[in-house]
Amino acid sequence: MVRFENVGLRYGLGPEILRDLSFAIPAHSFQFLTGPSGAGKTSLLRLLFLSLRPTRGLVNLFGNDVSLLSKDQVADLRKRIGIVLQDFRLLDHMTTYENVALPFRVMGREESSYRKEVIDLLKWVGLGERMDALPPVLSGGEKQRAAIARAVISRPLLLLADEPTGNVDPTLGRRLLRLFIELNKSGTAVVIATHDMTLMDQYDARRLVLHEGRLHIYE
Amino acid sequence: MTPGGWCCTRDGCTSMSRIDHGPLVDLGRERPQVPARARNMSPIVPRGSIAGSALVAVVAIMTFLASITTGTVLLVSASAAEWQSEVASEITIQVRPTPGRDLDRDATAVADAVRAQSGILDVRPFSREESAKLLEPWLGSGLSLDDLPVPRVLVARVQPGSAIDLEMLRRRVTQAAPSASVDDHRAWIERMRSMTGATVVAGIGILMLVIVATIISVSFATRGAMAANRPIVEVLHFVGAGDRYIANRFLRHFLRLGLEGGVIGGGIAMLVFGFSESIANWFSGTPVGDQFAALLGTFSLRPSGYLILAVQAVVIAAITAWASRRTLFATLNDIE
Repeated sequence: MVRFENVGLRYGLGPEILRDLSFAIPAHSFQFLTGPSGAGKTSLLRLLFLSLRPTRGLVNLFGNDVSLLSKDQVADLRKRIGIVLQDFRLLDHMTTYENVALPFRVMGREESSYRKEVIDLLKWVGLGERMDALPPVLSGGEKQRAAIARAVISRPLLLLADEPTGNVDPTLGRRLLRLFIELNKSGTAVVIATHDMTLMDQYDARRLVLHEGRLHIYE
Repeated sequence: MTPGGWCCTRDGCTSMSRIDHGPLVDLGRERPQVPARARNMSPIVPRGSIAGSALVAVVAIMTFLASITTGTVLLVSASAAEWQSEVASEITIQVRPTPGRDLDRDATAVADAVRAQSGILDVRPFSREESAKLLEPWLGSGLSLDDLPVPRVLVARVQPGSAIDLEMLRRRVTQAAPSASVDDHRAWIERMRSMTGATVVAGIGILMLVIVATIISVSFATRGAMAANRPIVEVLHFVGAGDRYIANRFLRHFLRLGLEGGVIGGGIAMLVFGFSESIANWFSGTPVGDQFAALLGTFSLRPSGYLILAVQAVVIAAITAWASRRTLFATLNDIE
């Protein structure tokens, strides 16, 4: 599904922050991406999400060499990827319901066709009472859950999550992890970037460890 | 729980085989009652996030200036065409006094000679009194033409559409009176033509400047709007929206703003032309009013003129949309 070969990344003329990354993310797989702060976890997620292009090496996503993709093709590929970012990126003028439903809206689906699904998911992540609230009045944890719901609602083939349980209590953290695991069992490849050891200890999965720009894989 | 789907409950999740359109989670007894009617969804790009009033004002001012320019050019062109057809339909013959010749007899002979020319509808010799009247603004009243060598003037009306053989007419006239000369106003018409042409060229130049200024203003406004809405664009990219989808969300706003500006600017300009006739009437009888009336006639635009102004307003709105679309795609290229 995803294949990196000798990938390097630098910002501008700065030092290379990711070096010689060679790995694959198979379909249906589950992995934690971890490493100390500043190790490049978010940069690697952005490479996987095609919002950054590598300075060198080959990135192959869903059978496509990303260096050859047009902007329209990138947009099409992103429809198969869900992403949860640390800063949530919710649209402040839209309600929680509308934010979560945004991927369906962009696909051009009728609101009536996805309404029940969105409401069910919002209830499940504990936002049933907050679906008409605007993001500025949500707590950090609520925003995080809304961002996760938006990333998983369209059942992507690849889910990328950057510290998805960083702002929630341990109980809700476990529940969100179960959601990711279940999503994975239904066929989505999951990459969770975290340095929360407790979270990683709850599920036996492959670990990708970034250290000083290099990737170490523990199967 | 849906057959074939996958579900999670508060107590845990159960693995199911994947299907594409089953529910993502099953709440069991907690399943909410979904309202039957559709929700009113917020616009993806909020209207208030685009600094619209400034752009509407710019487009309205530009459309107003363009409409005034076009209207003035139309007025001048119509008046000039009217003058030209009036002047071209007449020929003036002057019979100068010569020692030893009877001026009245020469004038009569010239009038007969001109009447004999084909294509001439009518010849009207100006009497001595009428000639004195013509000179009154310069020489005052109570003038005795006997003391002055004032030429006698004859005005011949030409049949519309007929080509007069001017050389033959000149020969006939000089045979009748050697001191007579024929003026077909060609030099005057040429000057009028060049003046009208210069007015049209200046008008087109001003229109071009207005359109360029509109494009530049709209491009800046679009860039500003895109910078203000960058977080929205990024989120739309995250959920897989293509540039065309995003651009269309913004383009609607800019097209609406352009149309609003065009309607306001074009509408005010049309009102100005509509009321200008009344305004001109207030000034009639004053030296300024009379000069303007002599130059531009009644100030009133024909219905086709108003149609041109309306089309122009729509074109400026379309240019606004085009400039904004161009800038949108250029800006979207810079946002990942």
